[in-house]
Parts: sequence; C-alpha cells; structure tokens
Amino acid sequence: MNEYEIFRVIWWALLGVLLIGLAVMDGFDLGAAMLAPVIGKTDSERRVVLNTVGPVWEGNQVWLIVGGGVMFAAWPMLYAVAFSGFYFAILLLLLALILRPVGFKYRSKISDPVWRHFWDGALFVGGLVPALVYGVAFGNVLQGVPFTFDELLRMTYTGTLWGLFNPFALLCGLVSVAMLLMHGAAYVACKTEGVIRARAQTAGFWSGVVTIMLFALGGVWASHLDGYVVQNFAGTGAPSDMMAKLVTRVPGALMANYATAPWIAVVPAVAFLDAVATILLLRDTKRPGVTFITSGLTVAGIIGTAGVSLFPFLLPSSLNPSASLLVWDSSSGLLTLQIMLVATVIFLPIIIAYTSWVYWVLRGPVTVAGIERDNHTAY
Amino acid sequence: MDIVSLSRLQFGLTAMYHFLFIPLTLGLAVLLVIMEVVYVTTNRPIWKDMVKFWGLLFGINFVMGVATGITMEFQFGTNWAYYSHFVGDVFGAPLAIEGLMAFFLEATFVGMFFFGWERLSKVQHLTVTVMVALGTNLSALWILIANGWMQHPVGAHFDLATMSMQVSDFSAVLMNPNAQDKFVHTVAAGYCVGSMFMLSISAIFLLQGKHRAIALRSMTVAASFGLASSLAVVTLGDASGVTVAQNQPMKMAAIEGMWSTEPAPAAFTIIGFPDQTHFITRHVLQFPWALGLIATHSVDQPVPGILPLVEQNEQRVKSGAQAYTAMEILRSHPRDAPALATFTAHEDDLGYGFLLKTVTPDVAHATPAQISQAAWATVPPVATLFWSFRFMVALGIYFIALFGALFYLACTRRLERYRWLLWVTAFSLPLPWIAAELGWTVAEVGRQPWTVNGILPTALSVSSIPAVNVAISIAGFVLAYSALFVVEMYLMVRTIRQGPGGVYAGDRAKTSRGTVLQPAE
Repeated sequence: MNEYEIFRVIWWALLGVLLIGLAVMDGFDLGAAMLAPVIGKTDSERRVVLNTVGPVWEGNQVWLIVGGGVMFAAWPMLYAVAFSGFYFAILLLLLALILRPVGFKYRSKISDPVWRHFWDGALFVGGLVPALVYGVAFGNVLQGVPFTFDELLRMTYTGTLWGLFNPFALLCGLVSVAMLLMHGAAYVACKTEGVIRARAQTAGFWSGVVTIMLFALGGVWASHLDGYVVQNFAGTGAPSDMMAKLVTRVPGALMANYATAPWIAVVPAVAFLDAVATILLLRDTKRPGVTFITSGLTVAGIIGTAGVSLFPFLLPSSLNPSASLLVWDSSSGLLTLQIMLVATVIFLPIIIAYTSWVYWVLRGPVTVAGIERDNHTAY
Repeated sequence: MDIVSLSRLQFGLTAMYHFLFIPLTLGLAVLLVIMEVVYVTTNRPIWKDMVKFWGLLFGINFVMGVATGITMEFQFGTNWAYYSHFVGDVFGAPLAIEGLMAFFLEATFVGMFFFGWERLSKVQHLTVTVMVALGTNLSALWILIANGWMQHPVGAHFDLATMSMQVSDFSAVLMNPNAQDKFVHTVAAGYCVGSMFMLSISAIFLLQGKHRAIALRSMTVAASFGLASSLAVVTLGDASGVTVAQNQPMKMAAIEGMWSTEPAPAAFTIIGFPDQTHFITRHVLQFPWALGLIATHSVDQPVPGILPLVEQNEQRVKSGAQAYTAMEILRSHPRDAPALATFTAHEDDLGYGFLLKTVTPDVAHATPAQISQAAWATVPPVATLFWSFRFMVALGIYFIALFGALFYLACTRRLERYRWLLWVTAFSLPLPWIAAELGWTVAEVGRQPWTVNGILPTALSVSSIPAVNVAISIAGFVLAYSALFVVEMYLMVRTIRQGPGGVYAGDRAKTSRGTVLQPAE
C-alpha cells in the first residue's frame, strides 16, 4: 500500500462518516419535523415535538454543509458530477431546506392558527423532501448515472429529472424516509413524556417495520441490477484521471464485494439487527436512550451497505462505464487530503465535545407545561 | 441568455442576497458580546434586556443567512462544475475547514443563545454568545481565504495529469495578503452594518419617545463601536488597495478609469465618466499625487493604465495559446518531448490560453484578431467599477462623520438634543448595506473575466447543462427568496414595534419565581 492509496481509503471512510453523521444527527430532526403533525394533536403538543429538536437542529444541519465542503475538497469530481448531474433534485432539496430555518424560527412568533398551520406544513415538507431526495440520490448512485468526460475532463450529463425518479431510486427514497421517521420517533420518544411519547413509540414501531421490509426488498432488487466491474486501471496511487481505465457493466455485480470479502456482510446485518432491536425496545420506557442508539446504528448500517456494495466505485457512469468515478481516480491530491485530515482530526473531537455539552445542558424531557411556561423563548 | 450569463446572474443574485444578512450577523454578534459583558460585569438587568431584544432581531436575521448560505455552497457544484473540478483541491479545503472550525461552532451555540437563558449561569451564557461571535468571524475568515485565492491564486500549480490545480504550499493560501486584507475590511464593514442597525432603530425609538433607557444605551455602544469600525474599514480598505494594485493591476486601473500609465505619482480621479468604447475617461476632476500614494504608498512608482496592460496581456495570450496547444498534445501523447518543453516554457500563461479558447474553439490557429479580442476581454466593465468604488468610499467617509458625531453627542449626553440628527440616523439605515454590496461588486466584477484570476476564465467554469435548467432555478430562488424577504421584514418590523417592552413583560413574570429584577424604566 502506498501513502496516496491509504489516504484515499481514509477519505472514502470519512466521507461515509460524514454522510452517516448527517443522517444520524440531522436525520432525527427531519423525522421529528415530519412526525410533528402526526404526534402532536394540539398546537402545544406540536410545539413540544418541535422543541425537542428546536435548540439543536441548526447545529445538526451543519453536517450537510460540512459534508458538501469535504466532498468539494477531498472528492472534487464527485462533487462536480453529482451536484450538476442531480441539478433539479438539488434545487428541490435547497428549496425544501430553506423552509426549515424560517419554519422553526418564525412559526412561534405569531399565535394565529393559520400562520402556525402554514409553518407546520412547511416544516413537514422541509423534512420529507430532503429525506426523500437523499435516498433517491443513493438509488441513482447504486444504478449508475449517465455522464462522461471530454479530453479537458469537462463533464457532460445526459440524464433528466424524471430519470432520477426511477422505480428503484424511489424505493431507496422510501427506505430513507422510513428510516428517518423511525429515527426521529426514537428521538422524540427519548425527549418527551406521557401521551406524546406513546404516540412517538407507535410511529417509531410502524416506521421501523416498514424500514425492515423496504430495505430487504431493496437488497433483493439490487442483486438483480446491473453493476460495474473495473477491468484495468492506472493504479491505486496514480494521479486522478477519470478517463484512464476500463470498466464494464455486469449483471448482479453489486453483490460481488460480498463474495470476495464475506465479512462485509456485517454491515447490512447491523442494519437489520438494530432495526429489529429498535422496534422491540421502543416499548421499553425505562431506557429510551438505547432505542435512539439502535435506530442510529440502523441508519449507519443502511448507508454503510450502499458504500461497501459500491467500493471502489464512488459514482458509476451508466453512459460510459469507463468514465465512472473510483476511489482511486477522483480524489484530490495527496497534500490536500493530508491537510484536510489534520483539520478533521483536530476539529471533529472538539465539535463532538461541545455538541455533547449542549445536549447535556438540554437534558431532560420537553413537556407541555414547560413549553407553555417559556412562551417567549421556546419555538 | 446563454449558460454563462445565467450562471453569473444566479450567483450574483444569490450572493448579494446572502450578503444582506451576513454583515448584520457579523456586526450584531460582536455587539451582543459587548452588551452581555456589560451585563455580566455590572449585573444591571437592563443590559440583559438589551441583549435579549437585539438578540431577537439577530435571530430573525441569522436564520436567513443560514438558509441562503447552503445555496451558495451547493451552487459551485450545480452551476460551476468545471470550476469545482479544476480548483476543488485548493478552493474546497477552506470551505470544508470553515464548516468544521467555524460554522459548527456558531450554529451549535446559537441554539444555546436562545434556549440557554434559564439553564446556564451568566458566565456560561456569555461564553455561548462569545462562541457565536467567534464562529461568525472565523467563518468570514475562511470564506475570504477561499475568495482571496480566486483574486490572487498563490500556493498552487496546474497539474497536467489531473487537469486541475493542486496545492503546493497551503500556508501561502492561508497567508495570502489579499485574503488577510479582505477579511479585516469585510468584517469591519459588517461591524458598521450592525452599528448602523442599532443606531437607526434606537433613533426611531427616541423620536417616538419610547424605550428611552435602552435606546440611549444602545446608541452609546453602537456609536463607539461604529466609529472604530468605520475608521478601520476605510484604513483597511486602503491596505486592500495596495494589495490590489500589486496583484490585480487591471482591476486597479479599471477602478480608476485610468487608460494610460501616468508619470508617478499618479493623480486620483475624483469624478469622471469612463467610456469603454473610446478608451477615455471624460470630464475628469483630479486630485494630484493621491492615487500614486494610495496604490503604491510611494511617490516614485507608476500605476499602470489599462491600455499598456492590454498590450502585455496580448503577449500572454500568444504565449498561453502555445501552452494550450502543447497541453492538448500531451493529453493524448504524455511522452511527447517537444510538446512538454513548450508547455513548461509557457505554463504560467495557460490561463490566457483558456481565455483564447472562449473566443475561438481552435486555439492553435487563432487569428491576430481573435488574440486581440481575448486580450481586450481582460478589461472588466470600467464604468461599473469606477462608480461602485466611488460611492462605496463616499459612504465610508459619511459613516465616519455620522458615527463620530453620534459618539461625541453620546459622550456629552446630548443624543436627544438634535432631533434632525436622529432623523438622519434613522434614514441612514440602508446605507451600509448599499456600501457592502458595492464593495462586493468592486471585488467580484473587478475579477472578471476570470473566476480564478489569470488561471481560469469565467466562461469555461460553468457546468455543461442546458441553460434552461439555470433559468428555472433562478426563477425558483427569486420566488422563494422574495417570499422569505416579505416574511422576514414583516417579523423584523413587528418585533421592533413590540420593542424591548415585550421582553420586560416576560421578565417581570419571572420575578414571582425568584429571579431578582428591577424595573428598567
């Protein structure tokens, strides 16, 4: 193994860590925003649900911004192809995300029911659309996306918006929505009491069941899809030139990694086992924190499954398989990867430390009585 | 419109919109720290009420900055895909570090600022406010390091194998003089915006005879902070002028509407009418020596004019064409020795070869007319820069005068004596935003025709997507942003109308549960 190869693998893993960080941390507030109209029957109850995530969702969303920034710095070609290729999906995501800060912040400012119902709807859309788009994006990455490069490595993309929302991608979108509903419900159950917690547990149970079924269906379907196989390439430590290799389409190749390295089956197994644990434990009111951990592990397992199934591919090309983006040919230069690793090693623990402090300060359940007492500070 | 104009339009619109909220966030965050320090050290509850009241307005503004900021980061990938690939190694790193070091900090602690009053001790809450202010300022630092690199690309080289810019010296990227000057200038401009915001709203309160105690204290804080910031913004802007003159002489010449090189020390044109078709600036009113002093901080160094710079650039386009042609050969035959020799000799001008590519598809056989066209394309829109710069500077001087007058009156406790000055202060509210947007225009329009100065032309930086995609996304953003603007202004005005009184009411209710509180007015 040469140094460049090691750094590329580290950054492949860190990309996964950031995507999982986004799904686990921002995922529960997307889920909570979707669940608020279901779990909260009255305005005060909805405010309880929104206030479980109110003080923290803004920090959580930074995982998306950091994920985007890290992809830009460590995998510039992936960033360029994915963002310009998924153009309208990204536009949809951005417009939905814009609803969130204003929804959380502005909803509570005026008590008129019409105003509040409007922002309830906006927050629901702001939770649902990103959850769906993230899943749809993964569904397209697994199948390959139609793009290629010219001699200056300028990308052309021939796909359409409707092509993005194909049946398999939609299934992945639904997996994403179901798992984030489950995860959001687990979080709300931790942070509330009484009837709101009971409703969150019910919602979490059913979305957990749906997650397991859809994820299993997705696995069966994926094993019948065309996958991609690298026939030859310039080497794991060669400069990042995406056009210097030969890749072919092979039916069922998405399962090939499980044949060569059977131990990676532990990743989907973690997803299944933790999803089962989540729906079983949701009823146990003594240790609500454990459910949040198992649902988080489910989320990590599902995203990790996509990652290990694709490796070494980051983004296969269905138009010209040899233009696919590999871990070995679409990273930044070694120096950039090294600098970025130093920055991450320094700042990630600091981020985890102060984020933990914030959650510790905010410990304890959010209650209707508490919300009504803090009428002018709470959302 | 073509894809390049549409992409530029979208970036310009979303960036200028984003930059309505960012300077206020920068300024108010620091002002909140100042007020809360006074609260913690003096223990007077009125200062807590001030932090809470201005904090409410800060919060309404902050969410708009966040909502529009995500659009900015993703836009590089959606609309500027070739740029993203070409410079991601260098440009992506500061953006990623901004997220890790700064944005996580401000976004995590901003929730605690609003939700932490009951749960944190005074000193802990002050620490939270300090972290928010630190995060916003560090965020500006990393964004301007990234932008500074686009203006003056140091510490990186072009790599043939990957067809992209690679980092060769990251400390040079960090210590880029252009980035350092831009950072202090921009942050100080943000402080001016925050100060004017507090001053204008407080002036309205005084004119209405409401919330006198809070308005007077807010004006005193904001006038002193504003005076220091406006002095800083002008002197640091001057430092920025020297850096621009050294690293972007064409931008400097365009700002001055100066077509030919004048004998040192050059005169500063106060007013004139640049005519880009006849290469002349008409009806000039000049101040002798001033430009030479401003741009070079000397009396003997000349400041080059536009026409001689175009002549120089014509040579660079010719040289760049050779580099570009050699690069095309090397892409298919990496071991071609003569091509490699040519490429190495002309590598520094490769960007000008790319610029020629935007004029003609066949760079190797470009005609003299096409080469000249590419050289002339290096001149940014002169009149836009000339006027934006002058209005910005005039506003900067006005801010010093206004903040200085208010500071003097605050020190001598006569703020309420001159009602006309309170009216002037109230109506000056939009001016620092105008100055900030003009500054952005000077910096970014002045960078044209490049996204990365001398390295990558704007016209080549876009994504290869249908222009209609960009048109649709512009329509989407204009609709969403306009709707949000209406909601935001409505809530701002409503919160200001309710005034700090609303906060008092809440605090009085708390006295029953044991919080010590004196009536503030």
